[in-house]
Amino acid sequence: MTFALIIISALILGCAAVAMALRNLIHSALLLIGSWAGVAAFYLWAGAEFVAFAQILIYIGAISMVVLFAVLLTRQGDAPEPVEFPSLSRFVTGLIAGGGVAGVLIGAILGMPFDVRTAQSAPALSVKELGAQLMGPHAVSLLVIGLLLTVALLGAVLLASDRRPDQPEDTP
Amino acid sequence: MIIAAIDSYLEVAPLAWRDAVVQWCPEPTQWLVHHLITIVAILAVFGTLFAFTPLAERKLLGRLQNRLGPNRSGLPWWQNGPKLWGLTQPFADAVKALTKEDIVPAAADKLLHFLAPVLIVAFSLLTFAVLPFGRHLVPVGLDAALLYFFAAGSATELAIFMAGWASRNKYSLLAAMRALAQVISYELPLILSVVPIVLIAGTLSLQDIVLAQGFWTFGFLPHWFVFTPWGFAGFLLFLVSALAESNRSPFDLPEAESELIAGHLTEYSGFKYALFFMAEYFGLTALSGLGVTLFLGGWQAPCAFLQFIPSWLWFMGKVIGMLLLFIWIRGTLLRLRIDQLTRLAWQFMVPLTLINLGNAAFWSLTAGWTGPLQLVRWGVSLAIIVIPFVLLGRRLSAGRHPRTYRYAAS
Amino acid sequence: MLGSGIINGLIVTAKNFVGSYHDPKRMVTVQYPEERAKLPENYRNFPFLITENATDPMGTLRCVACQICEKECPPQCIYIEKSKDKKPDATGKPQLYPAVFAIDTSVCMSCQICVEVCPFDAIKMDQVFEVAATDRFTGLLLDREQLAKPNSYFHEIHPTDAAEVDTRLATERQAAEEKAKAAAAAKAAAAAKAAAPKAAVKPAAEGGPTA
Repeated sequence: MTFALIIISALILGCAAVAMALRNLIHSALLLIGSWAGVAAFYLWAGAEFVAFAQILIYIGAISMVVLFAVLLTRQGDAPEPVEFPSLSRFVTGLIAGGGVAGVLIGAILGMPFDVRTAQSAPALSVKELGAQLMGPHAVSLLVIGLLLTVALLGAVLLASDRRPDQPEDTP
Repeated sequence: MIIAAIDSYLEVAPLAWRDAVVQWCPEPTQWLVHHLITIVAILAVFGTLFAFTPLAERKLLGRLQNRLGPNRSGLPWWQNGPKLWGLTQPFADAVKALTKEDIVPAAADKLLHFLAPVLIVAFSLLTFAVLPFGRHLVPVGLDAALLYFFAAGSATELAIFMAGWASRNKYSLLAAMRALAQVISYELPLILSVVPIVLIAGTLSLQDIVLAQGFWTFGFLPHWFVFTPWGFAGFLLFLVSALAESNRSPFDLPEAESELIAGHLTEYSGFKYALFFMAEYFGLTALSGLGVTLFLGGWQAPCAFLQFIPSWLWFMGKVIGMLLLFIWIRGTLLRLRIDQLTRLAWQFMVPLTLINLGNAAFWSLTAGWTGPLQLVRWGVSLAIIVIPFVLLGRRLSAGRHPRTYRYAAS
Repeated sequence: MLGSGIINGLIVTAKNFVGSYHDPKRMVTVQYPEERAKLPENYRNFPFLITENATDPMGTLRCVACQICEKECPPQCIYIEKSKDKKPDATGKPQLYPAVFAIDTSVCMSCQICVEVCPFDAIKMDQVFEVAATDRFTGLLLDREQLAKPNSYFHEIHPTDAAEVDTRLATERQAAEEKAKAAAAAKAAAAAKAAAPKAAVKPAAEGGPTA
């Protein structure tokens, strides 16, 4: 079991590291998706079936498309331009931004009360129990997230549909 | 008694044979052999089905258009022998695909160009792992099987993108964008049309969903979900979304062979193209299997006294019936335009699936109604789905009806 | 209602499906190498040379090697060499004949101009379409033996056209015969006339020296 975990971690970290080193943005994005797949594999390893499949469905199925489309639609010119590497200001801003995010994440992880007992027996959580948990104690956060996403969806629809509805576009 | 014995033997025969082979293997490799046999069995059964589906499709399309369809290919080195109704056509096609030249564009991203067909076949095959093929034939009995099915299916989008981008051809890339727009648009109604089933059955496990449909009224009226108002509407919505998800006519515009060359497959030839073709049919078969499982009672027999036929035969029969229905639709309907396609998805399918979800909620809340109230339940449920269908349909076709054909001969 | 058109279409194709098994009149295709669809009479593809007599094709070619078609052919696919000697044609008149008559069917565009310009109805359009050859340099270059086909074949493929050509040729031939007869008669008459005064003159002439 530990061996599998080592392989999965190597996959996640390796994909992420190579994604940062590559100059081709599409390759980087695809490797990032590979590292998300590794995260899904990690969830499976940890026994969280539902979360693993949701990770694949949402990250690999949907968010990957957002990332790839964003890369394709924002790139100027045909060939990927080489990024200026040895620039001090770039180095410093990168360090500050990355360090900030890393600090927040590390702080959050350290602040979590980790349950050490999980190592011996991870209870297999069924989908039904998960649903009951979401609808019971966590109903408020679920509703807030749902509301947020609905507003975002409605906003996207409104932004996209500035055409008059009563003007069929296929009149000859 | 003898019939019952044969029945139960046939029911478990595939498992018995597998276990016999596994017993014969040395101890440390048993788990591997166990899974390998399952994988090989799925590959063999659905590979054969894939080989003969295009032939059946071509023959049926011919008949639907008053033609004969392929009936020539006989046996090699026996030119004047029996024609076998053209049944050896798949093998001729396979040889052709294998021996064709495999062309990779000079500017293409070689690795991704190679990976895209491999990935798309792999992902479309993964979906077969959770389908319950019979009473005892479930390759992987997952708790969240339905979610797994959609997760594996949604990963094919990545392969489409890779195919379009790695070809280094602007038409391929544009066509891949179009294909992705279609697949993403119809993923939403596809998943939403399935949610009512989860709501009523109370589970994401496909085997439990099939078991929930395993009752008969008077022994011959099956309790399949398709025979309820919300289930019938859900089945139709699922059917349309499945057609769009698997790029089938009338939604086959990603690779509309008569106007685009082949969309994102323009730069693929030889066996790589055959792999995409294969993935398309595997996806279609898997979605047919899912539709059968969710709406048509899965491996359950339609009548109680027909249960002596093994359940996996019922499942395969229903899947083949679904495939024939898809072929019939392909032989009938015209291809949509991309704007009509997305309008149908967002203005018609998504609202209807949401309304159908409410319908299923009503159905599950009124599960206790009996006697004359049962009729009220059916009436209200029908009204909930039929009235929005008529109104939305009127809005969708407003200003386009009746259509006049200026240049058509009378 | 939305969807009624789909159901109607499905019914139409279902009727086709059932009907195609028991109603042969519905079928729009034929089993090609064994069965053949009847070609329309006006279908044309590649020219051929007409011979009067099938038993002696090279002896009875209508072509007189006038080379008009060779000059008119837009893609220049006809090649003709005149004969050195003359042979009697159908009417018995001595005519030249093509020693070499070749058409390169890989160049021919089936425009029918050679047919339009031929004053002897010697070249007509064929209805062949299975013209594949294994060698594109020699297989598609047809010589006069391959091009010559009897008049009965022309009747078979273009009956109206052939009947019209035959009546015209017959009347022409008849007119020619009548003309020849008339000419012969006139000649005979003239000869007789010439002979008569001669005969009348002869004695005088004879008597001339005697006189």
